[in-house]
Amino acid sequence: MANAVLTEARREADAGDDAAARTAHRNRTRLGMLFWLPLAWLALVILLAALAPFLGLAAPDAIDWANIKTPPGTEHWLGTDVLGRDVLSRIIYGARVSLAVGFAAPAIGIAAGLMLGISAGYYKGWLDDIIGIAIDTWLAVPGLVILLLFSVIFGGSLLMVCVSLGLLFIPSAARITRAATLNFATREFVVAARGMGASDARILAREIFPNIIWPLVAFMLVDVPIAIVAEGALSFLGLSVKSPTASWGGLIAEGREHLQQAPHISLIPTLVMFLTVLSFNLVGDAVRRRLADVRESAI
Amino acid sequence: MRYLVRRAQRLVIVLLAVTLFTFLLVNVLPGDVAYEIAGTEATPETVAAIRKSLGLDRPVLVRYFEWLGGILTGDWGKSLKSSEPVWQAIMARFPVSFELMLIAQTMALMLALPLGIISAYRAGRRPDKVIGTLAFMSVSMPAFMFAILLIFLFALKLEWLPATGYEPLSKGLWANLKPMILPALSFALVEWTILMRTLRAEMISVLQEDYISLARAKGLGDGRILLAHALRPSSFSMMTLLGLQVGRLIGGAIIIEEIFGIPGVGRLLIGAVYGRDFVVIQGCVTFIAIAFVLVNFLVDIAYSLLDPRVRVSGAAHG
Repeated sequence: MANAVLTEARREADAGDDAAARTAHRNRTRLGMLFWLPLAWLALVILLAALAPFLGLAAPDAIDWANIKTPPGTEHWLGTDVLGRDVLSRIIYGARVSLAVGFAAPAIGIAAGLMLGISAGYYKGWLDDIIGIAIDTWLAVPGLVILLLFSVIFGGSLLMVCVSLGLLFIPSAARITRAATLNFATREFVVAARGMGASDARILAREIFPNIIWPLVAFMLVDVPIAIVAEGALSFLGLSVKSPTASWGGLIAEGREHLQQAPHISLIPTLVMFLTVLSFNLVGDAVRRRLADVRESAI
Repeated sequence: MRYLVRRAQRLVIVLLAVTLFTFLLVNVLPGDVAYEIAGTEATPETVAAIRKSLGLDRPVLVRYFEWLGGILTGDWGKSLKSSEPVWQAIMARFPVSFELMLIAQTMALMLALPLGIISAYRAGRRPDKVIGTLAFMSVSMPAFMFAILLIFLFALKLEWLPATGYEPLSKGLWANLKPMILPALSFALVEWTILMRTLRAEMISVLQEDYISLARAKGLGDGRILLAHALRPSSFSMMTLLGLQVGRLIGGAIIIEEIFGIPGVGRLLIGAVYGRDFVVIQGCVTFIAIAFVLVNFLVDIAYSLLDPRVRVSGAAHG
């Protein structure tokens, strides 16, 4: 009997705790929904893309003339395209290209921009001038035009797409690095290191680099969706990685002529790409805000 | 004045660098023009003959300066495919691209102005949040995705507007404008966000100024304060951006022109890319780059003339 009362009391207390925890949780994560939901979507997309060969999907390039342009249903969850290929499978395989480029291109661009920016900001003088003019020149041609030129000259291999897209991220990365380097190069700890006889290379690598890398990482989160969109544009024009491994932009383009009878061919990849880019933007925004908070509190 | 000279010097250097860059990219890197013309079955002798006839056997720098001279005197070479002079080809299509940009930017401004003002006026509150969310979603949609959705909705489902096509102005104003609406809207739906955010940010700080408090103390209505007192000083940066976007979009319209079948410079370029017509590619890229650099320069100058503070701080920056 006493036991039952005790259990009852504990249950009540638990319920109270639960409610309190739930309110606290809701308050803490009110903004968090816009972080965790997109993160979950990204995790899903990345997981599916990584595991694509093991999911038992129809081959993304298996042509089936008997089943062209079938709408979404039980046989093909997201329907088939103009050649009877499974849309779901093509989207998941396409994600591999879109995501690979999305991560590789900014990484390449930021690495190169870091080198240029850190040298310009640290050594200043004529080197700074030359790098400044080179960047102005680079910025004087619209990005898509540069991409077009490179795809004509170097063809559309995955590596080339990543590198030429990466080049587009150099200017902004270089500018951010340069500004940050200028700021840190005159700080006491750098002066002290120099006073202790540290070489330029050591100062750059051990004193300045650790201080400027974090803003750049936050910056990269913003660049990933931009790279995915740019690759999508290139692929839409048929100038990215060659079919049958079409990425999302290519899938959207393929259904363009058939919007009337089979809108799902274009619209589903459009939705997937939109959700992915939106998710990257939301997550990037949240992380950047968090990083900014940390840096402000540190100062 | 010294600021002007500095900017002009910089302009010349960047223009030289840009033209050299496009020239080298098309001329020195793999994918020799002569091989492209001769085709895959050509003997080394025919390739050499073509190289000679095009003058490709001479030093690169000599060719660059000759080509640059041609650019300055209006001789931009001839298309490898159609033999059409490149300068004429670009000039025939430029007005179309420019019209598209003007309509697109007008639409973007029509979205950005009211929404930016409301956002700033109600900063941090519900209308601001709703508009901010809309902007966030807009930024996550590239123009070519908007184009697909707009075609699907307005051309195929509602059948209000044509999906593709272009009519010259001689066919009448509405006939000319009608097929421009969807392509321009595809751009506007992306571009309005950055204009709106800029206007909002600047207006929020202007609304803190003393003279706004004074206007309020005089008993002026909110609408009057926002439109007559706060809007003009708040729209400086937005106007600059508007100019920069025009410059960028002159060449950036490639996909939209391609989707909607609009015969602009972007479509000329992408056609040349598909046909590997290097002379046209080179001409288009040069044109786009020069237009972009010039627009940026003019916007910069206009800005510094309108706002002396920029001139001073610009000079201080060196």
